[in-house]
Amino acid sequence: MKKLSIEERLGFNKFNVDDDEAHITINKEICRTCTEKPCLYACPALLYNLNEAGEMTFDYAGCLECGTCRVVCQKQGAIQWNYPRGIFGVQFRYG
Amino acid sequence: MSEERFDCIIVGAGPAGSAAALTLARAGLEVLVIERGLQAGSKNMTGGRLYAHALQKIIPNFWEEAPVERRVVKETITMITPSGSVSLDYKSQRYNQEPYHSFTVLRAQFDQWLATKAEEAGAVIATGVRVDDLLRDDQGKIIGVIAGEDQMLANVVIAADGVNSLLAQKAGLRGELKDIHVATGVKEVIELPRQVIEDRFQLTGEEGAAQLFVGRCTQGIQGGGFLYTNKNTISIGLVITSGAIGKSKIKIADLIEEFKTHPNIAPLVTGGKVVEYSAHLVPEGGLNMLPALYTDGLLIAGDAAGLVLNTGYMVRGMDLAIYSGIAAAQTVIKAKEKEDYSKTSLSHYQELLKNSFVMKDLETYKNAPAFMEQTTRIFTTYPQLADNILYKLFTVYGTPAQHLLPMVMGELKKNNISIFDLVKDGIKGVRAL
Repeated sequence: MKKLSIEERLGFNKFNVDDDEAHITINKEICRTCTEKPCLYACPALLYNLNEAGEMTFDYAGCLECGTCRVVCQKQGAIQWNYPRGIFGVQFRYG
Repeated sequence: MSEERFDCIIVGAGPAGSAAALTLARAGLEVLVIERGLQAGSKNMTGGRLYAHALQKIIPNFWEEAPVERRVVKETITMITPSGSVSLDYKSQRYNQEPYHSFTVLRAQFDQWLATKAEEAGAVIATGVRVDDLLRDDQGKIIGVIAGEDQMLANVVIAADGVNSLLAQKAGLRGELKDIHVATGVKEVIELPRQVIEDRFQLTGEEGAAQLFVGRCTQGIQGGGFLYTNKNTISIGLVITSGAIGKSKIKIADLIEEFKTHPNIAPLVTGGKVVEYSAHLVPEGGLNMLPALYTDGLLIAGDAAGLVLNTGYMVRGMDLAIYSGIAAAQTVIKAKEKEDYSKTSLSHYQELLKNSFVMKDLETYKNAPAFMEQTTRIFTTYPQLADNILYKLFTVYGTPAQHLLPMVMGELKKNNISIFDLVKDGIKGVRAL
């Protein structure tokens, strides 16, 4: 069985994206002060990425809502974490 | 504000929430379950296997109607290395006898079924609603929940809102989760024809297999792999201590792909089609991470309360969740009789859990999390050592043979393990697990 990219894998899931409200937001000022950035490795959906300027980018659309980022983040206030509003977010059909 | 006051509002329609709702509704109490997913189960995932005993208490022979996948009759523990694997395999016909012991499950269907059971008993289930906060009276006592613009009143709130339980935090029962107390689980559900699964895992009919892995699958990081056979899918994944992933600088999303393509795993899933990729946190700190479980007007149950046991060869969460849901419901029923919803009255919950397998088993395995954190050789050296020893044992190349003892001693030396280390880890392990 071939390895699948994260985009391919997330593509199998059903998401009901909330276009009006991001359930996780990053405070870039605080995020910038972090040297370890464990979220880059720990997020199972690989939604945390550094752009060319070395700044953290995050796309909440493919979030699996596990909470790993809020737990591994070492900088208080860098991540504002909540569940998506009711009905929005990932819909597991198998679980 | 609605004038209606429920006997109990339960936040979260997972196994803990629905077990509580079912128990309360059967006793004739007014229950509202609030679930953020579009349906019960649509936000939930498991490895997974359900040990039957707790649900059996409230729905005898539930497997006759519940959407369970397969009953587990085969248990395998595997140490995996880059080039091989060493397994202990146990298959028993005793698991084919009723009452059945454990089942593989997929939560989207299973949780929806259990929520429907609660609904049929009289509980009101509101789905697609996110609870934002707890509602308090002037004295600060919890009297309900706030969801968006709505406030809903209850004598008691049961927070069964999962491992991230924002409500347990808002109630002041728990601080932030620590990254060494939780593990990140990732899973792929791979579809295969039923017959193919049965042939590959040597199963017949409703039989199922459960397999846990340690070693290469996590590249030596604290954690392990799992594989469960469902009816016509295989659940395969990894669970790794969240704090250890960041330190290792290895992406868990990549590790699961590596695991799946390991030469000894690939033949089990080949030809299959991935139909879902999911992730979840697992509270693995055991007894040492448990928060206070109740306060005035509030009880917490299931993953929200951190009720999970991981011994390395066995992972349990749903049976503890279901029992804690039942115990929380019994506490609310008793509180209603006395019309006392104070912290003192609700302490009955702690008593019920203390006298049950929940706290007794957590107590028994309280040193397991520390043992696994400290004994890093389990995840690195020992799998390779076992591989090397068995390779030598089974291999003939015409070179002079060696007795078992000097061969094993030689391998220990090569891996820089003294007999003392081995005995020490062994004794610690036997005591903790």
